[in-house]
Amino acid sequence: MSLNSPHAPAPDPRQLFEQMLLIRAYEDAIVTGSAAGSIPGTCTSVGQEAAAVGVVNALGADDLILTNHRSAGHLLARGADPGRLLAEVMGRRDGYCQGRSGSLHISARELGVVLTSTIVGAELSMATGVALSQTMLGRPGIVACFFGDGAACEGSFHESLNLAALWHLPVLYVCENNQWQAYVHRREAMSRERVSDWAAAYGIPAVTVDGNDVDAVLEAARHAAAQVRQSGQPYLLETWTYRTRGHLEPDDQAYVDAAEREYWRARDPIATCRERLIAAGRLTAAEAATIEDKVASRIDTARRFAEASPFPPIPTAAELARGVYA
Amino acid sequence: MPTLTLYDAVGAALAEEMRRDDRVLAFGEGIATKRRELVEEFGPRRVRNTPLAEGIIAGTAVGAAGTGLRPVIDLLFAPFLCYAMDELVNSAGKLRYMSGGQFQFPLVTLVMTGSGWGVGAQHNHNLEAWFVHSPGLKVVMPATPADAKGLLKAAIRDDNPVLCFLDIGLLYQPGEVPEGDHLVPLGQAATLRDGRDVTLVSYGKTVGHCLQAADALAAQGIAAEVIDLRSLKPLDNAAILASVSRTGRLVVVHEANRLCGVGAEIAAMVAEHAFERLKAPIVRLGGPDAPVAASFPLEQATVPQPEAIAAAAATLCRG
Ligand SMILES: Cc1ncc(C[n+]2csc(CCOP(=O)(O)OP(=O)(O)O)c2C)c(N)n1
Repeated sequence: MSLNSPHAPAPDPRQLFEQMLLIRAYEDAIVTGSAAGSIPGTCTSVGQEAAAVGVVNALGADDLILTNHRSAGHLLARGADPGRLLAEVMGRRDGYCQGRSGSLHISARELGVVLTSTIVGAELSMATGVALSQTMLGRPGIVACFFGDGAACEGSFHESLNLAALWHLPVLYVCENNQWQAYVHRREAMSRERVSDWAAAYGIPAVTVDGNDVDAVLEAARHAAAQVRQSGQPYLLETWTYRTRGHLEPDDQAYVDAAEREYWRARDPIATCRERLIAAGRLTAAEAATIEDKVASRIDTARRFAEASPFPPIPTAAELARGVYA
Repeated sequence: MPTLTLYDAVGAALAEEMRRDDRVLAFGEGIATKRRELVEEFGPRRVRNTPLAEGIIAGTAVGAAGTGLRPVIDLLFAPFLCYAMDELVNSAGKLRYMSGGQFQFPLVTLVMTGSGWGVGAQHNHNLEAWFVHSPGLKVVMPATPADAKGLLKAAIRDDNPVLCFLDIGLLYQPGEVPEGDHLVPLGQAATLRDGRDVTLVSYGKTVGHCLQAADALAAQGIAAEVIDLRSLKPLDNAAILASVSRTGRLVVVHEANRLCGVGAEIAAMVAEHAFERLKAPIVRLGGPDAPVAASFPLEQATVPQPEAIAAAAATLCRG
């Protein structure tokens, strides 16, 4: 069954729940590893799982994804193997990029996750080119580009939207507005409340959706993706969400307003989803526990795989430059 | 052999490569206006004007190259590369390596560089060494229309990002260009003149100045060998070393400022590998560490002239 059609049935909500749990468990493992010193500083997306899962599940197999430093949710929702992801983060040979990327720039061509960049905004500058390839080479997929509200303040955001609109490029811009731009609150950095307001200047349709409600994100993203497919024009979807943990592990978040954090903690996307599924009779507490156990054991296996994966052999000085050029 | 200007040789290379390979496309600030014949032959999808936004031009090229196209972008003048630095240096040059080889980036960036237009430092700044210093990129700078065509064709076929610096002072000079599929491999210098007393190494417009200096030196009984590097990265170390091993004397000449310039690398490389063959210290001639003035005589004064090159070489040979 293809998800390319806007009429394709939505994925089973329990699958969305499970994917969110998997992302949370994976990142919890990273936090633990980080605290123990076995994993270098890493950006997590704890609290943003619904935004990632909702959008990625609205995409089809032909669609391509560009992402940024907070990519674990996108990769896992796309079906990445948590063991290979963890191995990459730990600098091991079996990682998706042979240990050359680390946590910040993981790409996985086989999953259509291309050109991950941790230069804030660079993913926006490349998205137009990826979409140009799709149209010029007659490939069916659209291009989903994930970025933060911080990246939206870079010139590349504005240049990208302008060109995508001018050249009719099928880009689904997904701004994950998690309220923070590293250690700067978005209110200190943005002239408007919402990134979606900026899209109008380029004639690009845009909507802001509750990014902590996986159903709402999925629906909005399915609509957005269908629009891009149909019109061949860009669309901007802003997911209004929150980065519950710090910018980069470890981070004591002493700079965060307690009330703000409490407000968002009470809106945890996974807890909300669980309650809703149970209230609707689509999940029992026992089933939820079974899913949690399954996820925990997958992460356990992933951790063992990553730890068992050797570091790449120490190369000679000449070999260090291997793979720079094609 | 037909005679073309360097500008037209670039156009010919673009047309031939676009004809040969559907994946090649060209976009930039006015390329569709200035090279109308390309639009006529290949259509507005493959030859596009862009907004004046170097970052998105370069970024779009990187994204396109990483996913199957072979873009050539025109960024007009070298100083505007500053706006495209991130996309070229941090993305095009690094993402192949960082992805563990999952992607490659066959893209070519065209810029005009150097003195000859008299419009001042924000349009005239030789930045080639910045890109030589950036891993993952290749850099070429032709001195003749034939090399411009051959290098550009080779650059378009290369699977790596290549920066092609076009010396504005040479842009409208005519030269013979071989017919047919003329390719100049990246990384191969040309020895334009043989000589056993001193080696003059250069690229871009100062190659011509070195040839003139060699004439003047010949009149004094000094035989200068002249090497045109053509590619700055990869650099043809072997050609330089072979020549210096014969002559024992080296003058490196370029228009870009001397400080941390390509000449510094060449001097160090020769000192490392052929020190015992040297009969005299290495001399580097380059521009001052200063922005270039607009006034024609001031602008020309930043470029090593034939007289200065000949004088430096003669001093080495007499010393
Ligand atoms: C060009 C650039 N500037 C600064 C940084 C340092 N940095 C990394 S992530 C980040 C915050 C980005 O904020 P946002 O785009 O909102 O994404 P978020 O981290 O909130 O998901 C910053 C400033 C960078 N990596 N690249």
